[in-house]
Amino acid sequence: MNLEILGYSFIQKGLIAGAAISIICSLMGMFLVLRRYSLFGDALSHMAFGGISLGLFTGIYPLWTAFAVSVLGALGITKLRKSAKISGDAAIAVLLVSGLGIGVLLISASGGFKVDLFSFLFGSILLISTEDMLLILGISSGVVATLVALRKQLLHLTFDEEQAQVSGINTDRLNYVFVVLASVTVITSMRLVGILLISALIVLPNITAIMFGKGFKKTVALSVSMSVSSVVSGIILSYYLDLAPSGVIVMISVSMLVGTLLLKHVNVLGKSKSIQKLPSEA
Amino acid sequence: MNVLEVSDVSIKYNGHLAVDKINFDVKEGDLLGIVGPNGAGKTTLFKAIIGLQNHSGKIKLFGYDEADYQPLLPLIGYVSQKVSFEPNFPATVSEVVSMGLIPEKKLRKGAVLLKNCGYSWNLLYQKVGKDSDKVLECLKTAGLESLKDRRIGDLSGGELQRVFIAKALVKDPVLLILDEPVTGVDADAQNKFYNVLKKINTENKITIVWSSHDLEAISKLANRVACMNRKLFFHGEKEEFFSNKELLKTYAESAMQMHMHDHN
Ligand SMILES: Nc1ncnc2c1ncn2[C@@H]1O[C@H](COP(=O)(O)OP(=O)(O)OP(=O)(O)O)[C@@H](O)[C@H]1O
Ligand SMILES: [Mg+2]
Repeated sequence: MNLEILGYSFIQKGLIAGAAISIICSLMGMFLVLRRYSLFGDALSHMAFGGISLGLFTGIYPLWTAFAVSVLGALGITKLRKSAKISGDAAIAVLLVSGLGIGVLLISASGGFKVDLFSFLFGSILLISTEDMLLILGISSGVVATLVALRKQLLHLTFDEEQAQVSGINTDRLNYVFVVLASVTVITSMRLVGILLISALIVLPNITAIMFGKGFKKTVALSVSMSVSSVVSGIILSYYLDLAPSGVIVMISVSMLVGTLLLKHVNVLGKSKSIQKLPSEA
Repeated sequence: MNVLEVSDVSIKYNGHLAVDKINFDVKEGDLLGIVGPNGAGKTTLFKAIIGLQNHSGKIKLFGYDEADYQPLLPLIGYVSQKVSFEPNFPATVSEVVSMGLIPEKKLRKGAVLLKNCGYSWNLLYQKVGKDSDKVLECLKTAGLESLKDRRIGDLSGGELQRVFIAKALVKDPVLLILDEPVTGVDADAQNKFYNVLKKINTENKITIVWSSHDLEAISKLANRVACMNRKLFFHGEKEEFFSNKELLKTYAESAMQMHMHDHN
């Protein structure tokens, strides 16, 4: 395999945007997974699906309507969750089905699927323009900067919400900021793997990284590096194999997870062997 | 000086009184043990003090009314009865203890209030300097040095409690509120924990409010005792409480009474 494809500008743009997206997805995903919001990404992306249909239906640029609908939906559900004491998974289900509902409704009203919709559903990272790439880079930098600034508070909130509140953190406000950040991340990332596979980017690298049994900083570093490498290698590989990049990326992430599981399994076997040896040594 | 004053505090859950007109105060340097059976309202009362629970009546911290004492809340070390976290949460012991650190800005706000009421704040760990040194110092106090790089989910119950104590200590608390910190912890770990408690109370002069079902430990460590079951039945010097047999007989739990029989 020669790497002359790195000279193609559409591949370059795809790789740069893909790397940026993989970073924000794994960072945001760490908090989402630990707060048991693993499927929040899915719910948001379905909400975004509703938003995109709204955009296509009304002729407004779909990314903006997707963004507006997701953020409003997510904020609404956060509020509802607090006031009506709905559990997290149920709140996510409400968000997911209402987004899908709006989408299906509008699509049927407009007379069927359009080509644009498919790129939103399955991703089209290799079709992005330079402006798109710059936009993705800009938003990603914003998300990373915000997460870095709020990392201590977010970690405390994620670990123990009550304690975070007692230590003077405005947890209500932080929860809203968190939801908006998650929405921004999901909408930005839809271009890469599409709304149907977004949860893969949010969940897979993080649960794989957590399995290594390290502390927070190291786990985040592991997750980010696995995420970036799966996206970069996925895009390159998909070109040679002539397959959809989103599918290849997700399958690479899945194999990293399976590989880690196998490694752990082998380790455990190794450990139990050495334990068996102990009595004879003593 | 009164660190804490609780006056006529009542707390209702769905029309049912969980705490009924309770009055007591905690003086600087006190180690107050709060006893009372399950459901007596101890946890509920603690939550009211730290601003997590609506109530009637008045609570004062360092002489400040509730409206004014909000900046002091971050300076309270609170170890709750139940701590639930993801079992595979990827954080090491020292990372969890670091979560207890509070930012300069909040520290200063609280310090202004303390200065104005003439309290000499014992800046034990803040003096140490770098955050990582403060954390290390606290880990030493709680006897956790060797566990500092362990993942939090891999600890035993007793070790975990000491981690939460260290997390409460790292902010140089002006008041430590411990809600049944050693329930379900073995005797050895309990003793270690009690030594830590005694040490931070006597050496570091930290005021402590501590709820427990272990009368023996309270009789050893506390200087004052409050006994409650919805209402407050006793508040005063430890010696007075333990010499009042009628009080013990009436209000203490069976386990506690058994303990007293052993001593008679
Ligand atoms: N969120 C709640 N809603 C309704 N009732 C509650 C709630 N929390 C506590 N209670 C009730 O208030 C009373 C006091 O509870 P609390 O937890 O304060 O007792 P406790 O003294 O801490 O008991 P324990 O020794 O078991 O920890 C109990 O009767 C309990 O059932
Ligand atoms: Mg309790």
